[in-house]
Amino acid sequence: MEKPLLEIRDYRLNFNTFDGVYHALDGVNLSVVAGQSLGIVGETGCGKSVTVRNVLGLLPSPPADVISGEILYRGKDLLRVDQKEMQRIRGSEIAMIFQDPMTYLNPVFSIGTQMVDAIMAQQKSLPREQRKNKREARQHAIAMLEKVHLPNPEKQIDRYPHELSGGMRQRVLIAMALSGAPKLLIADEPTTALDVTIQAQILDLIAELVEDMGLSVILITHDLGVVAKICDRVAVMYAGQVVEYGSVDDVFTRPRHPYTEGLLRSIPHPGRPPESLSGIPGFLPNLLSPPKGCRFFERCPKALEKCRETPPRISRPEKGAEALCHLYSEERGDA
Amino acid sequence: MLSMFLKRSVLMLGMLLGLLVITFLISHVTPGDPAALAAGPDATTEMIEQIRTERGFDKPVIQQFFLYAFGILQGDFGTSIHTTHEVFDDIVAFFPATFELVVFSILIAILLGIPLGVISAVTQNSWIDNVIRIVCSSGVGLPMFWLGLMLQLYFGLQLGWFPLGGRLDLMTDPPMTITGLYLIDALLTLNFPVFLEALHHIILPAVALCFPALASIIRVNRAEMLETLTQDYIVNARAQGISVLRIIGLYALKNSILPTLALIGLRFGWMLGGTVLVESVFDWPGIGLYTVQAATASDFEPVMAATLVLGAWFMFANFLIDLLYGWMDPRVLKKG
Repeated sequence: MEKPLLEIRDYRLNFNTFDGVYHALDGVNLSVVAGQSLGIVGETGCGKSVTVRNVLGLLPSPPADVISGEILYRGKDLLRVDQKEMQRIRGSEIAMIFQDPMTYLNPVFSIGTQMVDAIMAQQKSLPREQRKNKREARQHAIAMLEKVHLPNPEKQIDRYPHELSGGMRQRVLIAMALSGAPKLLIADEPTTALDVTIQAQILDLIAELVEDMGLSVILITHDLGVVAKICDRVAVMYAGQVVEYGSVDDVFTRPRHPYTEGLLRSIPHPGRPPESLSGIPGFLPNLLSPPKGCRFFERCPKALEKCRETPPRISRPEKGAEALCHLYSEERGDA
Repeated sequence: MLSMFLKRSVLMLGMLLGLLVITFLISHVTPGDPAALAAGPDATTEMIEQIRTERGFDKPVIQQFFLYAFGILQGDFGTSIHTTHEVFDDIVAFFPATFELVVFSILIAILLGIPLGVISAVTQNSWIDNVIRIVCSSGVGLPMFWLGLMLQLYFGLQLGWFPLGGRLDLMTDPPMTITGLYLIDALLTLNFPVFLEALHHIILPAVALCFPALASIIRVNRAEMLETLTQDYIVNARAQGISVLRIIGLYALKNSILPTLALIGLRFGWMLGGTVLVESVFDWPGIGLYTVQAATASDFEPVMAATLVLGAWFMFANFLIDLLYGWMDPRVLKKG
């Protein structure tokens, strides 16, 4: 099997809050192979963003507290690299775009100033003769804006964020993230805050850039359609755990975990009557005191008696597919 | 930017007119005899009547206002009883000392306050932050004149590090008058001994005067900085690989400094009120001391003139801050 570009292993993370310890992530395992794209889906609060934020060391600690695990990027553990190395990786190896384009651009600097600044910062580790000067950096910024199909980039580059629409700002943020030619792009719900038509445009753009630049992508979303469109593999997260992991085709046509089944049933389809639509009853468990057994037990239609007390382990019902569920561990008899 | 400048200018002219109306009402219309007030406590009845006709206090109120306003536009603020000079000349003579003191103080407050606010925010809840916050609380709480007296007693009398008052030693000739600000004039005439002496004299009163402003600038800048550092665009800047120092010193500071600017404008104005106390304590020959001496001598017209000048200054300071705001924050210009 191909060596993964990024691999997250047994990642456990708590938040120390006034109400107690919040067990946000519990043994997350994920990997992205170079040139592939991974979708992470799940409902709000299931730990999607938290999982990826620390890839770039962006979670403030406190309150975040890494209990165990490693995030390996080309064999380097990103949870344990020093500040300088992390700064080198940010933008030029791994880049990130975020949910709300309205708040992720600095309101008091022009687009160009921010982009040029990022470009200048990202080339610090290059040898001096390869670095761009400010004028070249600005040219590069304009080229990047062109690449994300921002109309009239020579003019837009001198505008301030409040003069651009949400879709334009997300394009700017994408251009900014990709200006350091990273290998891996982490997109944290990049379309959630946008209008539906703009969403489609931005997704097309991401798909196009992935193709163009040979990027690997981690795409976080709660929109399964988006994953089906862009990703090769998908991880379904529930309450701080990856409950199912496999190729998109496989997971969407033959979901194994009852939660994935529920998720797929809750997507409306144009052709089908609305009665066929069903949600998943119940709520996410309180992660201040997570359930003893399976975290999905309370809401699971197929729950067994052992699910209440015994946490399930990862089982591999087939090659390349993983599920965190007792239903499959029993089949193989290795629970 | 130009339209904003014009708008704010018109607004300021309107406010100046309002200020004129208020000082006019206080000096001419409030109960009491304006002629008697202008004539001073020791005037005879004939002198009061003479002043009444001379200054037009017997005319209708509206006419009096126009007389008053035009007089002021021509620099006629009346005559001081205790200095026997035209009030206008007195103000021209005393104003530079106050201006020097206040500008020096606000510069200390800004140059120390903003970095200390940032340091306090970045080291939140550490011992450094705690020390800064304790100093701030006392700065906001301590009365300025008391602080001035304590500084004088300790650093002036006990340790003998600084002179007790005045702008220069009694025997020193002031530098040639160019701006009236001794520090600047001494530098311009390359008179370094006088420059150092003037600096030596200004430090204690400036510290006393700037302390409350310094404390509140630190507090506001700290709070704004803490708030700004949690913003999404800071996270994005970090994700772009921009260094921590640059993020704090540029990305966050330019955002958090905007509310601090408004505060600096207010504080700059308030300092003028403070100079009345500080100048009295340190025997600093400025408008504050002049006004206090006039007030204790029941010398009415200098007090009104000082009110007008200080009020106008307050407006002008805020006008400047408004313009600075527009320059710093592109969103302000858009709204005009």
